[in-house]
Amino acid sequence: MRRIGIWIALGGLLIGTAACGGGSGGGGGTAKAESLAVGFVAEPANLDFTSTEGAAIPQALLVNVYEGLVKLGQDGTVQPLLAEKWEVSPDRKTYTFTLRPNVTFTSGAPFTADDVVFSLGRVTSDWKLKIKSQFDVVDKVEKKDDTTAVVTLKRPSNGFLYALATRLGAMFSRTGVADLANKPVGTGPYQLAAWKRGDSIRLDANPKYWGTKPALPAVTLKYFKDATAMNNALLTGGIDVISNVQAPESLQQFADPNRFQTVEGTTNGEVVLSMNNGRAPFDDKKVRQAVRHAIDHKALLDTAWAGRGQPIGSMVSPTDPWYEDRTGDYPYDVAKAKALLGGKTYTVKMRIPNLPYAVASAQVVKSQLAQVGITADIEPLEFPARWLDVVFKQADYDLSIINHIEPRDMRIFADKSYYFRYDNPEFGKLLASADEGTEQQQTDELKKAAKLLSDDAAADWLFLFPNLIVAEKGVTGLPKNAISESFDFTGLAKQ
Amino acid sequence: MILYLLKRLAVLLASTAVAGVVVFAFMAVLPGDPAEIALGVNATPEAVARLRTEFGTDRPPVVQFLDWFGGLLQGDFGTSYVTTSPVGEQIADRLGVTAVLVLGGMLIALLIAVPVGTFAAVHHRDPLGAAISAASQVGIAVPAFLAGILLVFVFAVQAQALPSGGYVPFAEDPAAWLRGLVLPWLSLGLVQGAVLTRYVRSAVLDVMREDYLRTARAKGRGRMGALWRHGLRNASIPVVTVLGLQLATLLIGAVVVERVFVIPGLGDLLLNGVAGRDLLLVQGVVMVLVVAVLLINFVVDVCYATLDPRLRGAR
Repeated sequence: MRRIGIWIALGGLLIGTAACGGGSGGGGGTAKAESLAVGFVAEPANLDFTSTEGAAIPQALLVNVYEGLVKLGQDGTVQPLLAEKWEVSPDRKTYTFTLRPNVTFTSGAPFTADDVVFSLGRVTSDWKLKIKSQFDVVDKVEKKDDTTAVVTLKRPSNGFLYALATRLGAMFSRTGVADLANKPVGTGPYQLAAWKRGDSIRLDANPKYWGTKPALPAVTLKYFKDATAMNNALLTGGIDVISNVQAPESLQQFADPNRFQTVEGTTNGEVVLSMNNGRAPFDDKKVRQAVRHAIDHKALLDTAWAGRGQPIGSMVSPTDPWYEDRTGDYPYDVAKAKALLGGKTYTVKMRIPNLPYAVASAQVVKSQLAQVGITADIEPLEFPARWLDVVFKQADYDLSIINHIEPRDMRIFADKSYYFRYDNPEFGKLLASADEGTEQQQTDELKKAAKLLSDDAAADWLFLFPNLIVAEKGVTGLPKNAISESFDFTGLAKQ
Repeated sequence: MILYLLKRLAVLLASTAVAGVVVFAFMAVLPGDPAEIALGVNATPEAVARLRTEFGTDRPPVVQFLDWFGGLLQGDFGTSYVTTSPVGEQIADRLGVTAVLVLGGMLIALLIAVPVGTFAAVHHRDPLGAAISAASQVGIAVPAFLAGILLVFVFAVQAQALPSGGYVPFAEDPAAWLRGLVLPWLSLGLVQGAVLTRYVRSAVLDVMREDYLRTARAKGRGRMGALWRHGLRNASIPVVTVLGLQLATLLIGAVVVERVFVIPGLGDLLLNGVAGRDLLLVQGVVMVLVVAVLLINFVVDVCYATLDPRLRGAR
């Protein structure tokens, strides 16, 4: 009898909790209008993006918690944020920013020109990341009065204002940098409310925000290491949004338009098939050109990434003003590829990171290269540790595949010590004159630079990584294009 | 008994020290430099060198080991390079979650194994007993994470009866806490239950063949009555041993199940640490897991000696 009792008790427990599930699921509907949960793949290790690399921290905090003087709009243009307006001197070396009055940090401290001097000065003195070199062009930052800050450059630079819209331009309080890793203090529409490590970060609306209050009083960022677990969470109402789909073939689960919506936009991520320009056989331009002709980009995209994404042809994203469709430079042509190789065959090492898009793409690249006589042995390396060490640092590879996600990152080809080992001084000259010239000159010169990269077959560009968001039907204000480092929550709402 | 306890305690301490050396040595040969990974693809050599000095990873390995192990003995796990917070605090946060997961799984396993195993032993000649035996064989072959994925598919995605993952602290919402743990407990418990069922069955079968049980039955007790009164204590000895071993297996299973169910336990912390080459964190978590297993074995030995006084002298 006693044993039967145990079974009844256990059965009761299960039924009880299941019934509970039905109940609170219904109740959750009303609570959701108050807050929204968004699923992400990478959790920040800490909250200090001045000393820790990676996309996870600015994704959560930039624009939402930390604001800059300017921000990047969805169309890729620089827009005012903490600076109401700015004036550029005729020699294009002096920027005078007029700051919004009556802005305070969440700590209560007022935001003034002193904080601008402090924050921009800290980039050079305290930041640990290499991106801080983008501020090398800054000569001095001065306060004119409480709401006017003046930045003087050593030479004209188109890149400066753009850099100001990235994390480099984030405004910190002079009294708020003691524990950046755990306690962010910004002027943004949201503030950090709770951080359950390994699980989630909750941002609550900042009650004293200077601007338009965000529609949602609270947003939760939920972190998943496993793509299936994240999909299941959306299917079962655990989250409302998948910020970026990691496996496009799983999209069919969300095909029901009565429950879900899919948003597809662009990112700054160029999935690059890198070829080691520094050693045989890819030090030979003809071999590199043969590779570009040998790859059927449309077929690759269809097979490896469910047709989502876009062929590009060079190191420029479509949201940049100097984008040109360069996919026609090396059309898919097996005969031409074979001719370029002159009947020779090669066996090469394809060392890729163990990331889904790289593994999927590598299989297709391998089979397509095999058709022209290049045998690519795929060797997946653990990412980040092993890949960084072997491919990136030592450049011990022939082919690799990685998504270069930084915005406007064409300049990496100008550094001949970079793992591409691409060395063409003319490319560097084009980049330098583009940065110093007028905006029109910048656009023209960078178009030329992109064409040069493509002609040289410095690498092959497999596709532009898509921004794929899946959300519950009622969610509005999703950022279609992921072109800034931030996932902007300020426009999000839910009916 | 006291001498026996002291001996076991000495073995426990020695094993911990050896484990410390082994864990540290493994971390030292793991490829990947924590400073490089922290700074990512755009790091300058100077920045990496500076960070190495900050982390202390540029010191000789022996110095690093003594520093770390000396800290451990005082309960100080060091400060993580990557998260910049004390490793001990982070482990303490997660340990409770994993313990609840493992103990709940074990409870479900016992609730299944003891009655079902006993039933199968008593009825070992019936078709039903044979069927239970076969079913538990199948259960053993299923890994806990696979059970987890199946349970999520059926109860969360299809039936929408339980959450597919996530963890709500008990203090925040007890009902949500329980609902979130049902499926992870079941995925660990069902598989472990199958394993333990077989041990319970064979232990009870062994006991049923003992002379003292035959004597008890000759004195007029029924089969179940005799087993209840005289058999279960003896049958529990081999089961307790296996229980200890299986608890260690469950701990490993929990690491994987945490990933399937998005539960922020030790497993999640460990995987984060490995990916970021957060060496102090990984060393800390592994040490805690090793010590937990050693402690379980210690407790099993003590239980063993308590249940069967004959064993104290023998070992």
